[in-house]
Amino acid sequence: MKKKIFINVKKCLGCKSCELACAVVHSSKGELQSAIYAGEKPGHRIKIEVYKNHAVPVHCNHCEEAACMLVCPTGAIHRENDQGPVLIDETRCIGCKMCVQACPFGMIDVSADGKSVLKCDMCIARLEEGKEPACVAACITGALYFGNEEEVNKKKRKKVAEQLVKSQEQQNDSE
Amino acid sequence: MAKELKHADKASQAMFKRAKEENVDIVWDRFEDMQPQCGFGSLGICCRICSMGPCRIDPFGEGPQVGVCGANADTIAARNLVRMIAGGAAAHSDHGRDIAHTLLMAATNPNSDYGIKDEDKLKDVAAIYGIETKDRDIKEIAKEVAHAALMEFGQPEGYLKMAATAPEARVKRWQELGIMPRAVDREIVEIMHRTHIGVDCEYKNVVRHGMRASLGDGWGGSMVATEISDILFGTPNPIRSNSNLGVLDKDNVNIVVHGHEPTLSDIIAVLSQDEKLIAKAKEKGAKGITLAGICCTANEILMRHGIPLAGSFLQQELSLMTGAVELMVVDVQCIMPGLGTVAKCFHTKLITTSPKAKIPGVEHIEFNEDEAVKIATKILETAIDNFANRKKKAVYIPKDTEKLVAGFTTESVFRFLGGKYRGTYRPLNDAIIAGRLRGAAGVIGCSNPNVDYEEGHIKMVKELIKNDVAVVTTGCNAVTCAKHGLLRPEAVFEYGGKGIQEVCRAVGIPPVLHLGSCVDNSRILRVLTEIVKEGGLGDDISDLPAAGAAPEWMSEKAVSIGFYFVASGVYTMIGHPLPVTGSKNLTKYITEELEDEVGGMWAFELDPIEAAHKMIRHIDKKRKALKLKPPMYEQAFPYEE
Repeated sequence: MKKKIFINVKKCLGCKSCELACAVVHSSKGELQSAIYAGEKPGHRIKIEVYKNHAVPVHCNHCEEAACMLVCPTGAIHRENDQGPVLIDETRCIGCKMCVQACPFGMIDVSADGKSVLKCDMCIARLEEGKEPACVAACITGALYFGNEEEVNKKKRKKVAEQLVKSQEQQNDSE
Repeated sequence: MAKELKHADKASQAMFKRAKEENVDIVWDRFEDMQPQCGFGSLGICCRICSMGPCRIDPFGEGPQVGVCGANADTIAARNLVRMIAGGAAAHSDHGRDIAHTLLMAATNPNSDYGIKDEDKLKDVAAIYGIETKDRDIKEIAKEVAHAALMEFGQPEGYLKMAATAPEARVKRWQELGIMPRAVDREIVEIMHRTHIGVDCEYKNVVRHGMRASLGDGWGGSMVATEISDILFGTPNPIRSNSNLGVLDKDNVNIVVHGHEPTLSDIIAVLSQDEKLIAKAKEKGAKGITLAGICCTANEILMRHGIPLAGSFLQQELSLMTGAVELMVVDVQCIMPGLGTVAKCFHTKLITTSPKAKIPGVEHIEFNEDEAVKIATKILETAIDNFANRKKKAVYIPKDTEKLVAGFTTESVFRFLGGKYRGTYRPLNDAIIAGRLRGAAGVIGCSNPNVDYEEGHIKMVKELIKNDVAVVTTGCNAVTCAKHGLLRPEAVFEYGGKGIQEVCRAVGIPPVLHLGSCVDNSRILRVLTEIVKEGGLGDDISDLPAAGAAPEWMSEKAVSIGFYFVASGVYTMIGHPLPVTGSKNLTKYITEELEDEVGGMWAFELDPIEAAHKMIRHIDKKRKALKLKPPMYEQAFPYEE
C-alpha cells in the first residue's frame, strides 16, 4: 500500500529542520558541511508556512491527477509507475513554469539557476534503501510522519472508537 | 543504538556490550536517539540572544539572511562562538580562583588541612608577582601570592601578570592587537556585554575580544590553577601507574573520583591509604580500598600520587557498569547527569560535593575546604559501608589494564633534559634544530560520541610520533594514550620514528608526555615559552615547529583552550569543525586570516591521519622559515624540500 507524508500541526515547532534536511539530501554529496562549504543552493521542497500562531509544514501531495504532470508539455514531470511519486526529469524540463502555475498547493518553485523547477521526489532514493523521506527523518517532534493511508485512518478510527466508548461508559456510570 | 566501539580499548568494548545486554542507556544510545541533530545549531547560525528571536539564517541562501535585529550569519556565528569561550574560560578560571582561595586559607588558617608542599614553586610565582621572598616566613609569602593571584581575576586596572611572562615578542603582538588580557573575569563579562543584542556586530572585532578572554584563561585562570595546585599539592614528578577499568579490584572497596579539581580528590587520595579506614574496609569484608579516577581530577591525583586512571570522559558510565564501584564522588565539569540513572542500576552511590554542581535525585555531601579531612573521611566511610550492598553476581570487571608513566611538567622536563642542578631545554632545542625531532605537538582534549571513540586520538598521535614529532598530552587524550600504551617508554620503539627513538632513549622518556589535567594545558604554554627562551628557534611561539590538536573535542573549555593556543601562535587542529561554518567569512577568518594577526590559526579535519599530515606540513613550514635542516632520518610522511 502506498505511503504518504502526514502532518500533525499541533506538533510543529517551526524549527525548519525539515527544510534544511530536504536541501541537504538534494545537494551533491548529501551532507550538510560539504554542501555549505561548496556554496551549493539545492533548495528545499517542503515549506514551513505560518497561520495565526501555528507553523505549518506544507509539502507536495503527489496527487493522483497531478495538475503539474498534466500541464507539463515535455513529459518532464512524470510517474515511474501507478503507485510511485510524481517526479521531475530535469533534463527534459524547458523551464516553462506551467507546473508552477498549475500546482494548487504552491509546492513547485523555480530552481536557483532558473532553468528548471524544484519538486518533491519523496526522497525516492532513500525509500529504496528502506528509509523515510529526509524531512520526516529530520522532524524531531513527529509533526511529520510517513505512513500508510489505511494504517493512519485506522488509527484515527480507533481514536474515535475509544472516545465513543469512554463517553458512553461515563453516561452509563451516571445513570 | 551504536553497534560497537571499533577503535576503543577492550575494557570499554566489553562494558559497552554489557550495557547493551542489560538494557542500560548510556551516552552512545542517547547520542543515537538525538539524531538527526539540528543543522542550524551545528553551523552556528541559530541565535537565541534576544526575544525578538529566536532567529536562524538559511545557510543555503534562499530564506532569511539576517535575524530580526539585522545581524547576519557572520555576527550570529561569531557571537555564539565567543560565548562558548566565555563558558570555557569561566569553568577553568573559577577552578583557578577556588584553588587560590585554598592557598589563602592554607596560609592564614592554622587549622587548615592544606599546607605548602612546594616552596620553590611558591617563590617562583612570588617572583612573577613581584613579591619579596628573601628571609620571609613562607606562610606570609603564600598569603601575598594568594592575594596577588586572586587580583588577577578582578583587578580594576593593568594587565594579567601571568600573561606578561609569555615571550616578549608575543606580549608585544597582543598589545599591538589590543588583546592583552586585563583581568580574567572582566574579559568574560565583556564577552557577555559585547554579544548582547545590538552591541558588537563586527565579527572580527567580536572574535578578537574572544581571543583576549581565552588568553585570560590560558595565561590567567588556568595558569593560576596549575601553579597554585603545584604549590599546595606538590609539583608532579615522573611517576609510574596503571590505567583502564581493570584497575578496579573485585575484592576491594572501589571508589572512583570524577571531575576536575584536586582540592577534595587529593585529600581522598591520601586518606585512601589511611590504616584506620583500610581496617574498617577489612571489617566489612573487603581486602582493602582501591581508588581510581575519571577525567581530569584523575589526572591531578595520578600526576601527584600515582593513583590509577579508571578512564576518560566517555568511560564515566562504563566504569559504573562494572557493578563493582561502591561510590563515585564528583566535583565539577564534564559530569554527565546520566550517571544518576546508571548508578541506580547497581548498588553504586553517586555523591555530588560541589555547591556549584548538584544532580537531581543524587546524594549531596557538600565539600568545604575548612573541613576537608572530615568530609573526605565521611565520603570514604560511606563507600566502605556500601560494600555490603554489592551484588556479587552483578560484578564484571574487565581484565584490561595498561601501564603508564605520567607526571611531566615544565620543570621536570627541564630537569630531565639537563639534570637537577643544571636544568635546561638545550638538548630539546638542539634535537629539533638538528632534525632528530621534526617538531612537537600538543594533542589534548575530550572524547565525543560524534566520532568513533578513540580512533582520532590514537591514529593521530601514532602518526605524529612515527614522523619524529614529540607529543605532549593532557586531559582525556592523555587517558586514551595511557590505555593504548602510548605513555610507556617502550612505546617509542613500537610506534616512533628513528629520530624520536634516539631522543627518548637518551633522555629516558616516553614519546608522549603526560602533562596533567586540562587546566594544565597552561604547562604547555610554559614549555613553549621555555623553548623560545632557550634560543635558536625564533623569538616567538609562532616561530616554533609546533602544532596543537583536539581531535575529539566536545566542551566549551576545548574552544577556550583552542583559542588561547591560536592566539599564542599555535596552529590548532580539531576534528568536527567549530560551529561557525554557516558563516563563510568567519570560517575563513579563523582558519586562514588569523595567521597574519596572531601567527596561529584553526584547522578542521575529520580524518585523523590527514589531520596529522596537515599539522606536520605546518611544522615543516616553520622549519623552513627558521632555515633548519630537513629531518635527520627518512620520514614516513615525506618532508618536502
